[in-house]
Amino acid sequence: MTYVVDIVKGAISLVVGMGVTIKAFFSPVVTVQYPRQTIDITPRFRGHTKLVADEERPERTKCIVCGMCERNCPSKSIVRVTGVKMEGEKKKTATEYILNFTTCSHCGICVETCPVDALAFSAEYNPVGYHREDFHYDLVKEFEKRR
Amino acid sequence: MCELTYIIGIIGKETVRAIIGLVGVLVLVVVNALILTWAERKVAGHMQRRIAAKEVGPFGLIQPIADSLKLLGKELITPTNVERPLFYLAPTLIFIPVLVSFVVIPFDSYLQVKDINVGILVILAFSSLSVLSILIAGWGSNNKYSLIGSIRSVAQNIAYEIPLILSLLPIIFIANSLSLRDIVEAQNGLWFVIYQPFAFLIFFIASVAETNRTPFDLPEAESELVAGFHTEYTGMRFALFFLAEYTNIFIVCAIATTFFLGGYQGPILPGIVWFFIKTYFLVFVILWMRWTFPRVRFDKLLNFSWKVLIPVALVNLIVTGGILKL
Repeated sequence: MTYVVDIVKGAISLVVGMGVTIKAFFSPVVTVQYPRQTIDITPRFRGHTKLVADEERPERTKCIVCGMCERNCPSKSIVRVTGVKMEGEKKKTATEYILNFTTCSHCGICVETCPVDALAFSAEYNPVGYHREDFHYDLVKEFEKRR
Repeated sequence: MCELTYIIGIIGKETVRAIIGLVGVLVLVVVNALILTWAERKVAGHMQRRIAAKEVGPFGLIQPIADSLKLLGKELITPTNVERPLFYLAPTLIFIPVLVSFVVIPFDSYLQVKDINVGILVILAFSSLSVLSILIAGWGSNNKYSLIGSIRSVAQNIAYEIPLILSLLPIIFIANSLSLRDIVEAQNGLWFVIYQPFAFLIFFIASVAETNRTPFDLPEAESELVAGFHTEYTGMRFALFFLAEYTNIFIVCAIATTFFLGGYQGPILPGIVWFFIKTYFLVFVILWMRWTFPRVRFDKLLNFSWKVLIPVALVNLIVTGGILKL
């Protein structure tokens, strides 16, 4: 008796399996045809860091060149942050922010520690280059370019 | 026109028929393989919710032609220690049974190369030859994967040929003929699949095993045996194995159509259209099964044939015989 029951049960399970694949066959495809089609990057995506514009003077970054990010970076990826004190201003303005992206591990400590929230993650998901020096970014220049 | 009649007069009507048949069959074999490689990729893609081939031509339709050109351009490598005569013979030999089987398949009531009165015997006899060429390929390659693959293939084909034939016998009882055209004509009212659902199922399962398709693809099991019996073959030699596999799928589906689904019979549309619709539906089911089921274990494979398919086929045969006698 178990012989017949086994055969019937097995046959039913096969039919169930084929039902699953035929359903998938007639469902819409879920893949994205990448170079021609892209999806929106999610807001929490961690690309390389970028400098955020000041609300009052959008031509400048919020960075005050305090050096907190540089000191706290566990991979020593932030090579150099320099700035000047503009005439008649209390805060410094960044003129150079060198990020060595090849050693960055996207930990986000720089973003967390920034006292003026001048840093944020960008949505750059496909940086490419021929040399490792191509990934030594100057974030101030990038900021100027973006503007 | 009169030259044509003159030529036919010299070489005889039968020879002309054979030549036309051969050309037609070769075209059908190649076109079928091109369509099936494309269809296989498309079915696989959509069952995994991808698009599959789409770059070459509209819907990737030119892709199989690009693939075959690539295969034609490849170097034919003969490894050092192979058994040369056998190694060269196997790809050619696997193609002969495939071509012979087409002779007796009735595509339409008037479209058949030759209606032999032992039609199904011809197909069964020649299809068992393909096992031999797989064995030759495996032995001649002098490679452990090839040899294991071909040994599996022989065990599997012997085990599954019996239920295959046993499931066709009740149909032959009912139709009272071995000719494929007579069998189709006997299904004028009702298809035999309605009289013989179990025979149809057994035939279909056994024919999937005969063509070495998943879930019975142990002879070429990619994950275990590299590529099984055709591991050492490259270029066009490999392509011949490939072509034979796809043509075998077409043939078993054509036989299933002829025996169980009324062959070329159907309303409104011409017979040949019905024949191809039914055949390619069964081909689709085989592709569908491939992308659904995992491979069976080898002992289960043989157990399934000897303990399930053959007893059920025998009972079916005896019951059919008894009912026909009453």
